[in-house]
Amino acid sequence: MKKNLSLFTLFFFLLLSSSLAFESDELLVDDDEFGLEGGQPQQQPQVRLAEPTSTTTRSTTTTRRRFSDSDSDSKIQFSLEHAFGDSDFVSAGTFSARLKTSSHGGQVRTLTKLRFSRNDLSEVEKENFEKLLQSDDFYRIRVPSNALSPPGRDYIISSVKARCLPREGLDEHFVIHMEGVNILAVNYGGLGACPYPRQLKLPSKWSFNSHTVLKNSEQAPRAPIFAEDTLGGEIGEGEVVQPPERSFWAKYWMYLIPLGLIIMNAVTQAMNMPEEQAAGQQGGQVHQSAAALPRGPNTAVRRR
Amino acid sequence: MASRVFLVVLLFLLCTSLSFSLYEDQVGLMDWHQQYIGKVKHAVFHTQKTGRKRVVVSTEENVVASLDLRHGEIFWRHVLGTNDVVDGIDIALGKYIITLSSDGSILRAWNLPDGQMVWESFLQGSKHSKPLLLVLINLKVDKDNVILVSSKGCLHAVSSIDGEVLWRKDFTAESLEVQKVIQLHDSGKIYVVGFSGSSQFHVYKINALDGELLKHESATFSGGFVGEVALVSSDTLVALDATRTVLVTIVFKDGEIKFQETYISNLVGDTSGVAMILPSTLKGTFALKINTLMLFIRVAGEGKLEVVEKVDHATVVSDALSFSEDKQAFAVVQHGGNKIHLTVKQGDDWNSDLVKENIELDHLRGNVHKVFVNNYVRTDRSHGFRALIVMEDHSLLLVQQGKIVWNREDSLASIIDVTTSELPVEKDGVSVAKVEHNLFEWLKGHLLKLKGTLMLASPEDVVAIQAIRLKSSEKSKMTRDHNGFRKLLIVLTKAGKIFALHSGDGRVVWSLLLPSLRKSEACDNPTGLNVYQWQIPHHHVMDENPSVLVVGRCGFSSNAPGVLSFVDAYTGKELYSLDLAHSIVQVIPLPFTDSTEQRLHLLVDADRRVHLYPKTPEAKSTVEQEISNIYWYSVEADNGIIKGHVIKSKCIGKGADDFCYDTGNLWSIVFPSESEKIIATVTRKPNEVVHTQAKVSVDQDVMYKYISKNLLFVATVSPKASGAIGSVDPEESSLVAYLIDTVTGRVLHRMSHHGAQGPVHAVFSENWVVYHYFNLRAHRYEMSVIEIYDQSRAENKDVLKLILGKHNLTAPVSSYSRPEVVTKSQSYYFTHSVKALAVTLTAKGITSKQLLIGTIGDQVLALDKRFLDPRRSINPTQAEKEEGIIPLTDALPIIPQSYITHALKVEGLRGIITVPAKLESTTLVFSYGVDLFFTRLAPSRTYDSLTEDFSYALLLITIVVLVAAIFVTWVLSDKKELREKWR
Repeated sequence: MKKNLSLFTLFFFLLLSSSLAFESDELLVDDDEFGLEGGQPQQQPQVRLAEPTSTTTRSTTTTRRRFSDSDSDSKIQFSLEHAFGDSDFVSAGTFSARLKTSSHGGQVRTLTKLRFSRNDLSEVEKENFEKLLQSDDFYRIRVPSNALSPPGRDYIISSVKARCLPREGLDEHFVIHMEGVNILAVNYGGLGACPYPRQLKLPSKWSFNSHTVLKNSEQAPRAPIFAEDTLGGEIGEGEVVQPPERSFWAKYWMYLIPLGLIIMNAVTQAMNMPEEQAAGQQGGQVHQSAAALPRGPNTAVRRR
Repeated sequence: MASRVFLVVLLFLLCTSLSFSLYEDQVGLMDWHQQYIGKVKHAVFHTQKTGRKRVVVSTEENVVASLDLRHGEIFWRHVLGTNDVVDGIDIALGKYIITLSSDGSILRAWNLPDGQMVWESFLQGSKHSKPLLLVLINLKVDKDNVILVSSKGCLHAVSSIDGEVLWRKDFTAESLEVQKVIQLHDSGKIYVVGFSGSSQFHVYKINALDGELLKHESATFSGGFVGEVALVSSDTLVALDATRTVLVTIVFKDGEIKFQETYISNLVGDTSGVAMILPSTLKGTFALKINTLMLFIRVAGEGKLEVVEKVDHATVVSDALSFSEDKQAFAVVQHGGNKIHLTVKQGDDWNSDLVKENIELDHLRGNVHKVFVNNYVRTDRSHGFRALIVMEDHSLLLVQQGKIVWNREDSLASIIDVTTSELPVEKDGVSVAKVEHNLFEWLKGHLLKLKGTLMLASPEDVVAIQAIRLKSSEKSKMTRDHNGFRKLLIVLTKAGKIFALHSGDGRVVWSLLLPSLRKSEACDNPTGLNVYQWQIPHHHVMDENPSVLVVGRCGFSSNAPGVLSFVDAYTGKELYSLDLAHSIVQVIPLPFTDSTEQRLHLLVDADRRVHLYPKTPEAKSTVEQEISNIYWYSVEADNGIIKGHVIKSKCIGKGADDFCYDTGNLWSIVFPSESEKIIATVTRKPNEVVHTQAKVSVDQDVMYKYISKNLLFVATVSPKASGAIGSVDPEESSLVAYLIDTVTGRVLHRMSHHGAQGPVHAVFSENWVVYHYFNLRAHRYEMSVIEIYDQSRAENKDVLKLILGKHNLTAPVSSYSRPEVVTKSQSYYFTHSVKALAVTLTAKGITSKQLLIGTIGDQVLALDKRFLDPRRSINPTQAEKEEGIIPLTDALPIIPQSYITHALKVEGLRGIITVPAKLESTTLVFSYGVDLFFTRLAPSRTYDSLTEDFSYALLLITIVVLVAAIFVTWVLSDKKELREKWR
């Protein structure tokens, strides 16, 4: 827990600090933002994991003014629509974001500071949702594929089995994949695991608890470039790099130990009975030549 | 000495290379290679005094080949690129083959004896027009034949010696559509005739030597023309008017153009149907096709037409062949039962039969599509004729003296899809002993092998050993083997013919021209799509045969009605076929079988409705149990949309039956059309087996692979960059790689490569994907790898947790759970461009993987997956080295020994298929294009079996000798002991 807390505080400072690589505007509707973030500290590292680098480094926002999006000219809105099973889509909430235009060799427009406000579920919708839960059917959402001129080419549809959403309330998690002002895809689902025999569980609170993350494409790592190696592409790379030079002892211990033993043996024999020394050595040589006779390791193995 | 040095070098290379390679004497032991050319389009015979008689053909696979007329073997062959379609072929100067290709823009000359290219010239032009090739026969200028090419709105005259363009006449200003170029007899003058607009007819008289325009006449025909023309004589043409009901005879003699109209209804009573003039070069006669009827119409003097003969549409006529001074001949081929009737007729006399032969076909080859006739001088100095016949199944027959001299199964050059089938189990009743050698032979063979091992063999023995190894009857037996090396490769070809090839030696076990994929009145353009395993008997292996499902459709568009055909995999008989009312867009083999072990398949039609096959109540109940768990996706590449679907309810409305389901859209991903265009989508092979779910890294850390069958790799490029390489600026081009879960539509990973461009080739296996593309900034090809790991199970490392059961390893994995994944990726340069990419598959997935790369040189390169490890670092630690991590390099190595095709080429390589053998270490690789190549690969060497050349005899002899020695020494020691005691 202490570790978690420290992680969180670190993250929190990162959030507050000016030069963050991405904007993950987690707008948590039901509660005061800061309070809720504090209340669920374990979720933050998970979010971090899911999107290691979000918006490209091109974005140059420095200040995070959470409650004063007063620049109405660059503020845009697009709606989220939902459907229960096969019903028609009706409006369910609004995403609002700031449109940032940076002239980086051309007009590059990106969305930042995404906020989401969900409409409260009406009684009919609650009923519908309950029906979905009973029949283990799909809860479907859609957003326009272009945030500026909805619906764009087509709607981005995403679905989830309704039984994956309820926990305390209805927990939902959006990861919106953007390319400029175009929305490519929405990863939509509940917060935790949802293993297959999905249990029917009614939420205690009929309101959505939404988490949204905006994601842009990340840059692929470049191929490593070795200036000195660029020419030797064809064959040279296949060879294993020579291991570093080892010490004399490390290299030849297998020869040195038997040699030492032989010498010791010879010395002791020479001390005991000098006349048998020659015979003993000859025997050793015969043995060696016998071992060297078979050609190739295979035959040696089979002879055994 | 030199050979020893070579051996040492070879040994050294083998030690350094990390991959598998062959010894010279192992070539052909477990691999085979077959060469094909494809369906013949044009043929020119060359029977001049050169000793060998040959025919030069060009085919629909863009092959130019020279074949032996006696045996049908290939002397030489050139596979032009896929976009380099051959338009015409001819012989110039008696020694050059001239080919016109790429829509009339490339003219090449090949040396006839050896196929070397002599020259090549590119013809310029602005607009598209019908390409025509004409080699002027009698016109010799300094021993040079002039080649006339009409293409791209121009007429080019090209020297046949060096391919230089002599002159060029541009007709674009007159907007002339050139129809024919006619050579006037024995003069250097040519006629160029054609239409401009719809009704204006032009005749140009041109001096062929310098391109000087001698005369130009034109006349207007009020009825208009459709652009089909038959040349009847050097000054008479027959054309169809715009309504296709009137034949117009055009005579352009002495500077005036005369039209004469004849109503088709006057010639034939019944004229319902569209009339077409067929291209032919008969003198005085032309062929007209109305529906299934073919008419031969002679142009009598003064433009009068008379019908010579009416035949059915299956009749084929050859071009005219002049065989002696002024005589011309042509061949007519007609069908009758399983016989074809070949008639060679003389010149304009329809009733004179020079040759009349009946040829019996051994098995069904369909209709005759083309015939080429050639003459020769018989032993009695009379004229003989032979014919080269192209059949409906793309096979090529040479017919002479009423017999088929040779045939070539050239539809194998156009394989569409491949599947495999196990061979029959060895039955007790069937004796296999006859193929075994007798005991003496067996012993002799092993003694030879023994000699070889002990290096005592003489050169003759070595040859004998090699012959024994190559001939080994073991590999071509028609029964299942213990190691699973022997299989049937079932291939579907473009001709609608299905073949079963034996994996041991590549011979055709059976072949079948599918009746349901043949052109008929109901089905105009049948095309084969895929072949699937339909029924694999496990319970009744002994008495039931497996069968395959062939999926096709009637026509080229995706909403054409589908055709299903079920074929017995052992006998090659069509069991039954179905003409479907709905179309087939996608086929989903389900992981369920019914009680007869037929695999259930879902067929998706163009209206996104799903049809279940087989249509049995049992199959229906099986599917309906699992209906909520069946998801699939569709890729609309032109639209840039990927959609996920789920089955909703029973069909209602037209064509609804009990086995039809309506579907609903579950998710969609829309790529912005201005910045991304889908160019590649790849999924995992459904039959792939993953052995280990976790990867243990150096520091005893465990990474869990994210293994999901529902992952889709998608590559998109910016629309500007979808053209050829180099056509776009690096700044404007980018490639984005996606990993998408196809159940929920979640994008799990998204990564962009700036300055990269397609074409993208990719392969997906286990938890990684490797893709190949072009890097515009580095001016090189690159290969990237993405590995995806599951983070949600990362906490299972704790042993204590495992003991206490607090792990989630046994928890079912669901796509609806929020994915917590991490990806690792790395890019490497790769020298070659790639035609196909595949990965080795083994039975249990234990053996390490190799990537199989079909290179631009039509070879297959095996590259260890370890080279494409994202964890490679510049200086791996000792522990990392032990794990097998290779130091980081910027480029992937190409080790010459790791070409699995060794010295061979798979011309026109299009696909690589890998099939696991039963032996874990081994995988079977089949690569196809115009050629076929099959081999067996062991990516980590055959660690689980003895090699084939292991000498069992040596082992036996050693044991015997040892036992004998034991006895001898025992006796000796006994005696010695006795002596000791007596002392």
